[in-house]
Amino acid sequence: MAEARTETWTATWSGGASPFAMNSKKLGMWLFIISDALTFSALLVAYTYLRLATPNWPTPFHFSPSILFASLMTFVLLSSSLTMVMGVHSMNHGRRRSAVGWILATMAGGAAFVLLHATEWRHLIVEEGVTPFANPWNEPLFGATFFALTGLHMTHVIVGVIYLGVIAIGVGRGKFKPEDVEVSGLYWHFVDLVWMFIFPLVYLMSVHI
Amino acid sequence: METRSATAAAVTTKTFVWVWVALLAMTVVEVLLAYFHVPLLIMLTALMGLSVIKGSLIIAYFMHLKFERFSLFLTLFPMLVFCILLLFIFMPDSFRLMEMRPR
Repeated sequence: MAEARTETWTATWSGGASPFAMNSKKLGMWLFIISDALTFSALLVAYTYLRLATPNWPTPFHFSPSILFASLMTFVLLSSSLTMVMGVHSMNHGRRRSAVGWILATMAGGAAFVLLHATEWRHLIVEEGVTPFANPWNEPLFGATFFALTGLHMTHVIVGVIYLGVIAIGVGRGKFKPEDVEVSGLYWHFVDLVWMFIFPLVYLMSVHI
Repeated sequence: METRSATAAAVTTKTFVWVWVALLAMTVVEVLLAYFHVPLLIMLTALMGLSVIKGSLIIAYFMHLKFERFSLFLTLFPMLVFCILLLFIFMPDSFRLMEMRPR
């Protein structure tokens, strides 16, 4: 029993040249993701703080079309995560052409998400009159927090699409290894993960039935 | 290192599809909660609970953390959760602000 316990501890914390049994790129991406997660957490907590502190917080999202539209965006982003994981899987099994196809599909999902998001922003800005500094409901913090949160997330998606484009070209030319695809996958899944918190907190909590 | 990569690579695509289906199903539940307009506190608790489960599935399966060394999890996540919990120290103040508003 005691031996088994010692063995477990050794397996968990065994040091050596590679204490986490992964390459430096992957560890670097994990560290970046954790720091970025803290940025988004601070923004989401600030949003929740203001939401609770404001008695007449606007609820501009009608179930149809706003929530259905945001649900479609969630579906697109979740599906792009599936195609990304398939790309990593293909690359791990040495199927480069297949991996490129999956990465391109992921990029298409990302681009579709950005287009849908831009359409939604246009609707809010042009038709509802919401800007980062003013809105018809006289709660300017709504626009400020909404555009800051969703804007930062959309920036991450755009950067992700560009990053995946570079990876797809590299994989197609035989330059990148499976680890490189996996690292880009980590970033893409993180972007998806953040949306899993923005969608309910920002959209579903401000729904207007 | 090979053992860990091999474990992650051995996961079948079927597992990923099941995780994706579970994530979609939980999203549908979230949307239904909003549609039926359940009380705010119940809704916030349910939505955050579902989001944490969804996030955990993404991290464990899509980001392969389940197949990494446990030391990586211990190094990164308790610190992250602790820092996020620290952010909530400000939260009671939001209720105080609401009470202070002129009616």
